[in-house]
Amino acid sequence: MSTPAIEIHGIRKSFQRRERDPGAPWWRRDLREKVALHELDLVVERGGVTGILGPNGSGKSTLVRILATLLTPDAGTALVFGWDVMRHAREVRRHVNRVSVEASFFKELSPWENMVYAARLYGGGDSGTRAHVSSILERLGLPLDTLDQPMKQLSRGQQQKVAIARSFLTAPSLLLMDEPTTGLDPRSKKEVQAMLEMLRAEREVTVLLCTHDMGEAAALCDRVLMMDSGRVLADGTPVELCERHESLTLEDVFMQLTGKAFEAQEEGEAEEEAGGVVAP
Amino acid sequence: MSVGVKRGELNAMFGFAERAMHSVRRYWMWEVVWLFYSMVSVLSIGFLASGLGTLGAGGVGFDLRRAQLYLLIGSLLWGYLSLVFMEAAYAIAWERWEGTIEYTFMAPIRRTTHLMGICLFAIGYGLLRTFLVLLAAIAIFNLDFSHADVAGALAVLAASTLPLIGLAIFTSVLPMVSPQKGEQMSFAVQGFLLLVSGVYYPLTVLPVPLQVAGYASPLTYTLEGMRQSLLSGATVIDELPNVLLLLAMGAVMIPAGVWVFSWAERRAKRLGLLKRSG
Repeated sequence: MSTPAIEIHGIRKSFQRRERDPGAPWWRRDLREKVALHELDLVVERGGVTGILGPNGSGKSTLVRILATLLTPDAGTALVFGWDVMRHAREVRRHVNRVSVEASFFKELSPWENMVYAARLYGGGDSGTRAHVSSILERLGLPLDTLDQPMKQLSRGQQQKVAIARSFLTAPSLLLMDEPTTGLDPRSKKEVQAMLEMLRAEREVTVLLCTHDMGEAAALCDRVLMMDSGRVLADGTPVELCERHESLTLEDVFMQLTGKAFEAQEEGEAEEEAGGVVAP
Repeated sequence: MSVGVKRGELNAMFGFAERAMHSVRRYWMWEVVWLFYSMVSVLSIGFLASGLGTLGAGGVGFDLRRAQLYLLIGSLLWGYLSLVFMEAAYAIAWERWEGTIEYTFMAPIRRTTHLMGICLFAIGYGLLRTFLVLLAAIAIFNLDFSHADVAGALAVLAASTLPLIGLAIFTSVLPMVSPQKGEQMSFAVQGFLLLVSGVYYPLTVLPVPLQVAGYASPLTYTLEGMRQSLLSGATVIDELPNVLLLLAMGAVMIPAGVWVFSWAERRAKRLGLLKRSG
């Protein structure tokens, strides 16, 4: 039996921040703890798309950051292809890449310059990379004449496609996609989803897809985990979840489990986990 | 480390420098502005030295040309050193601002490679810009280097690279420790080094506590060595004590800087500070 792509045992993460009570003197701030992830156990086998569904503040991004070696858990272990994210971070990094909700680039540089930079960090160079990048971007429907324009001149959708191309460039075995289609126009969203469907069919890459979009999760994911307030509430295929809860949609399942409407949670904008920290 | 891994690390190191070069090319108008600013700063010190005689400085034994060269060497070297610090601190602050720092920290490379890539670009870029300012200073002030021992000065400059990298790594820690104020804190550190390292005056004019800080600064020995070679013709052999001291400081400061940076990285990962909004 092959090693699972992800194996998590008892992972917990909380953040502390200083807050002033109403009416308290301006200099008096108390430390408050916000639990982003309660003890979490999870095994994801290789291949396919696993969706993590949940509103802001549910712990999705915290989970992704822990797997990407960008956050240290308070307790528990997380293994990626058998490598511990804490003790074998460099081995984990060789196998993982990430697409986040913000397409993070050097905005003044062109997509090509950003790509070459990423390629060099993963042992590649510029020879052969341009053809590879062009073919990925073509599949994503990005005009190739954008390759040498500054990133800041590209639309949000185009930037996100470049971010996806960047993640493919390093041939990751585990792709962590943290709301990759949020904020995209419908056409770009469809193109990105088509790319994900292709990945799902190929099953060469394990994809962990965090999303708000219940329809997207139902269409793309082989397995769905529903999260709220740092806890996994449900786990199964989209069909299983709907059948188990006698619901027609995943949104109804979420409402049944939490007693809250998904959209209302969105607007409530529960504080994003890492942003809650007050830096010195 | 295998040959393949070494090649990968060198490739990544070049990647950091290449990215910075792309950035310089894209922001070339700003580079012109900063070069102009560097020239103005150095030239104003040169003219200040030229005016010392009219301000009443002088008397028997006062060599105005030597004083001018003394101050210009300080100004040029300080321009170079502060540029290296700024580039190193800015590289991290810039990545935080753009949100790319998480991607850089996810890359399967050693942190030393990352920091060395940043520092090597900063040193190369600093040397080039300082050389251009030096050419302007030579042309305007008709500087006399006839007594200089260039080999001795270059030996000191080369040896100073190691502690300079160490200091630059320490400076780049600040934006990691404090996302909001780190870059400004690096200016405060620079200002203190300017005060205690004998850039424009000998250490002996400082109060004792500041002199002690000055003796701990590698910039002091860099400036002292460069002045000895450029003003009094000290040879490479004469410069050996300074060179050895600078190398020893570098041997301590680089690992210490990397260690402190790793601590700051672990802290940032514990507190969730790598995120742009954090």
